[in-house]
Amino acid sequence: MAVIKTNIDLLGPEFETNREKMLGLVSDLEDKIAEIEKGGPEKYRDRHEGRGKLLARDRIRRLVDKGSAFLEFSQFAAFGVYEADVPAAGIITGIGRVSGLECVIVCNDATVKGGTYFPLTVKKHIRAQEIAAANNLPCIYLVDSGGANLPNQDEVFPDREHFGRIFYNQAKMSSNHIPQIAVVMGSCTAGGAYVPAMSDENVIVKHQGTIFLAGPPLVKAAIGEEVSAEELGGGDVHTRLSGVADHLADDDNHALELTRTIVGNLNREKKHDLVLKKSTEPLYPAEELYGVVPAELKIPYDVREVIARIVDGSEFDEFKQRYGATLVCGFAHIYGMPVGIVANNGVLFSESALKGAHFVELCASRKIPLVFLQNITGFMVGKKYETGGIARDGAKMVTAVSCANVPKFTVIIGGSFGAGNYGMCGRAYDPRFLWMWPNARISVMGGEQAAGVLATVKRDGIERQGDTWSDEEEAAFKEPIMDQYEHQGHPYYSSARLWDDGVIDPADTRRVLGLSLSASLNAPIEDTKFGIFRM
Amino acid sequence: MFEKILIANRGEIACRIIDTARKKGIKTVAVYSTVDARAKHVRLADEAYEIGGAEATESYLNMEKIIEVAKTSGAEAIHPGYGFLSENETFAAMCENEDIRFVGPTADVIRLMGLKDQAKAAMQTADIPVVPGYDGENQEEDHLLQQAKSIGFPLLIKAVAGGGGKGMRLVNSETEFLPALASAKREAMASFANDRVILEKYIRKSRHIEVQVFADKVGNVVYLHERDCSLQRRHQKIVEEAPAPDLSEDMRFEIGETATKAAKAIKYRGAGTIEFIVDVENGLKDAPFYFMEMNTRLQVEHPVTELITGIDLVEWQLRVAAGERLPLTQDDIKLNGHAFEVRLYAEDPSNEFLPQTGTLYHFSHPQENQNFRLDAGVDQGDEVTIYYDPMIAKLIVWGQSRVEALRHMRRVIKDTAIAGVKTNLEFLYSIFNHKSFNVADIDTGFIDRYIDELTSREEQSFVPVLALASLTELMPHTDGNDIWDWSDGWQLNHNLKVKQTFVENGSSYDLDVTYLRDGFSIELDGSSYEVKLLKQSQDEIHILLDDKKVSGRVIKMQHDFTIFCDGMVSYLHHFIPGADERDSGKIDGNVVTPMPGKLSKLLVDNGASVSQGQSLLVLEAMKMEHTIKAPADGVVAFAGISEGAQIADGQLLLRIGEANG
Repeated sequence: MAVIKTNIDLLGPEFETNREKMLGLVSDLEDKIAEIEKGGPEKYRDRHEGRGKLLARDRIRRLVDKGSAFLEFSQFAAFGVYEADVPAAGIITGIGRVSGLECVIVCNDATVKGGTYFPLTVKKHIRAQEIAAANNLPCIYLVDSGGANLPNQDEVFPDREHFGRIFYNQAKMSSNHIPQIAVVMGSCTAGGAYVPAMSDENVIVKHQGTIFLAGPPLVKAAIGEEVSAEELGGGDVHTRLSGVADHLADDDNHALELTRTIVGNLNREKKHDLVLKKSTEPLYPAEELYGVVPAELKIPYDVREVIARIVDGSEFDEFKQRYGATLVCGFAHIYGMPVGIVANNGVLFSESALKGAHFVELCASRKIPLVFLQNITGFMVGKKYETGGIARDGAKMVTAVSCANVPKFTVIIGGSFGAGNYGMCGRAYDPRFLWMWPNARISVMGGEQAAGVLATVKRDGIERQGDTWSDEEEAAFKEPIMDQYEHQGHPYYSSARLWDDGVIDPADTRRVLGLSLSASLNAPIEDTKFGIFRM
Repeated sequence: MFEKILIANRGEIACRIIDTARKKGIKTVAVYSTVDARAKHVRLADEAYEIGGAEATESYLNMEKIIEVAKTSGAEAIHPGYGFLSENETFAAMCENEDIRFVGPTADVIRLMGLKDQAKAAMQTADIPVVPGYDGENQEEDHLLQQAKSIGFPLLIKAVAGGGGKGMRLVNSETEFLPALASAKREAMASFANDRVILEKYIRKSRHIEVQVFADKVGNVVYLHERDCSLQRRHQKIVEEAPAPDLSEDMRFEIGETATKAAKAIKYRGAGTIEFIVDVENGLKDAPFYFMEMNTRLQVEHPVTELITGIDLVEWQLRVAAGERLPLTQDDIKLNGHAFEVRLYAEDPSNEFLPQTGTLYHFSHPQENQNFRLDAGVDQGDEVTIYYDPMIAKLIVWGQSRVEALRHMRRVIKDTAIAGVKTNLEFLYSIFNHKSFNVADIDTGFIDRYIDELTSREEQSFVPVLALASLTELMPHTDGNDIWDWSDGWQLNHNLKVKQTFVENGSSYDLDVTYLRDGFSIELDGSSYEVKLLKQSQDEIHILLDDKKVSGRVIKMQHDFTIFCDGMVSYLHHFIPGADERDSGKIDGNVVTPMPGKLSKLLVDNGASVSQGQSLLVLEAMKMEHTIKAPADGVVAFAGISEGAQIADGQLLLRIGEANG
């Protein structure tokens, strides 16, 4: 295979400037995550542990295989969204290896608002289930939750993608032979009771886990019966009398051991038809990405420098290199797995879009997973290009990307603006995973462009009425718009709302893609049927 | 010379004898008990016969059966090794009657030397100095107490029929005398079916120096120089060396000649050892020495003599037994260099040297060469059972000088690794690193005097051991076909932190371990250490601990680690929260056996009120008596056990319940 030769001057001032900027972003990212990772306030954590319970992250550590990677989703969920601080939206989700199988783990954090479901908690839970469903991964729910967050019930309960969807997903996945396993390590009240009840197999912790449709206060209010939580729905009742739970555990550790045993008995194996190669590290260290990527989104650079630091041996066989050069397409391997890479190298022209559509067709036909490296301001504008039918060619690319039935992975490494987002497999195009770099920005168009458009419209209106609008007035008008775009386009803002699956350190891109890609191979790659390509 | 011999023994000595026989072209017949069917001596011998059950009385002490096998197999001679039937006059006599050559002295001599009082009397007659004492017929308690008072304290009570420290007690004062007497008698009765004792002056500071003698049937006697066996614990030899350090040529000659005289006096034949106690209260120079006893067999420690004289003692035994004359005269017997032997035992020095049983999951040692000899009766994978002596092997070294030999031994011990059972390796290493031992400032009180030093370690020295354990446990691999196979603990945007708890000897070490890109950081008691793996090959592991290189050998069995690092041997258990808490069954008041054995005596009645520390019962295991004490105050409820019962390892013996009211 062809090896990418780097043209980066590691000792140049640009490299250093870029590096410093990116290191600042990465260290901010790590600081934020360190805070989020702690979970709820210290006193709640102490109280939780004081009861002999493991903290949410410790539960996951004990559940997964020794030294297993944990590919966590949506770390920033609910970040800065609510008045209250709800770290990670009070729920930790991700993929970990359990008894040799990649499983999606969904773990309530009872130290965060009692583990209750805020709107974004629901969204995060459902997103984890979507990942499990798409990639055919067993689900393990470590339940310790007070149920729906009552003050937010209107955004939690009634809609299609609300609380009820969790159980619907469990039923549908179970019907598709995707194991659903619940471990009741705390409350499972009301709707929550259905998490263990809808599971294929479950475990409950003695004197700690409870499952009931209505808790003791509601029972008393409704029928006047006085009963303790343990008598009403404790582990003993459910494993001995009701049959709602299958295994009784002495404590958290025991419950997690039993869960590992359950997973060990699933009789599943990862099978796929990809032709693998021996994995080799890239020729260039991943940390060089810090200096490769310009400090400003506006500054163009060769995306091959990024590819060279992600793929095996920096080997990249380019497709149609001389045509539609603003889109780089080609074949490479990540940890031995073949991938087709589609990466932006400037604004999309008709040729680039046609080349992209062609390449996506190839990968779909050959069943090669696709990786999109997004850094796109959009499709080219102007009379010449509209006349040339750029909308038609853009549509071809969007059709190809939408219909291609291979696993797709998107990393937003720079800008993600406008229709470029669509053609490059944005969230709406169901990539298996979508990750963002901390320097990335996402919005319908760039802040400056948006402010410019709005200012032009406004100026037209003012001038039509014969008034004048000074440059200072225009600048003052544009500033809040640009601020708004900057704020809402920030990766944390995006991640907080689950527009992506997480913000990642650029140096981790290879690993994150490798884990995502490998996990996706749990599901067979289906044939593709494309729609009509407007010719 | 014989064509075929039978070896009425097991373990290392049987292997040792087979080795010489094979060199001489003599065929060997092994005998074995049911539990020894796969033992090393059985594997090595040309023929092997099962002779009975695990209990020695049913097999290795089963004289009729052994004679029968000798006849069936056509063995002309029986070599008894040491222990078992080696000093059994009845057996020696039976052999002679059946016209099978017994490799050892005559039955008469065995009997004479076996009874301590008669042996002493015979030596006195021959003008050999003996230790003042009482060896009369009158065994009444009061009489013995009177005799004891007249000899003075401290004194020794010794079983007449005893040996190897069994039935022997040191009494420091008059008040201790009667309880010690009772205990010695009980042990003697159990071991030898003879509870008669003698009393003997106890010499405060002494060296145990013994002389190897050899005699042929025409009356030639030579001595093969002496061995110093002063390093003993509870009268069990631990380290032996030859020659005795700092012994003057004059005294070597004198003590050798005395031994020769003694052997001649009793018309000895074959290999024998005359043990002397040397009173070194005023130093070794011109120190008085007394005859203690004569061992009418090959000694465990014979290899040190072989290494300094170049003589194969087993070969000589066989030649003498076959009627040949001694091959050398006294003048031909040289003394060359210095040799040490250590006895590698399956025992737990941190727990009163309690004998250990189990499978030798791992046994590795340096290659044998001109400086190192290994006499082992087991290989990796073999069992150490409750039925026989827990000695695993003897490590023997030779050097031009004592200093050189010391150096060899330190290296050999350091490079020997055993896992599966606890051993005294570290204890032996401590001895060879002890200042006083290195300058030969030794006496029989050495081990007792320095026992704390020899069994303790510096707290700080444990960190490398924990680091090795931690790294071995977490050993990340990054070479799987599938990136999910990697176990480097990768996490998104933060580092994986795990807690590890290792337990050694009841002490818990809680480690907070953080996975780093190229290693780990370990936090222990508020201190932080950086650990990086340098190299790992099989069980050898080299790490960088805060920029200092640490090497060790880590043998991992499930959650148990045996770690060899810088002479330290550590037995760590990796505590698994949950699983271990449930398995341990820690119920207060339950008393379980520390080891398998036979319940020899109940000291309290069922339902008795006892106080903490009170002795409850005596367990006989690995030929030793172990007293089980009450862990708490309360009422005893025995768990259906009675005297004579065979007790399994970890079996519930009794429960201490709360006293009513």
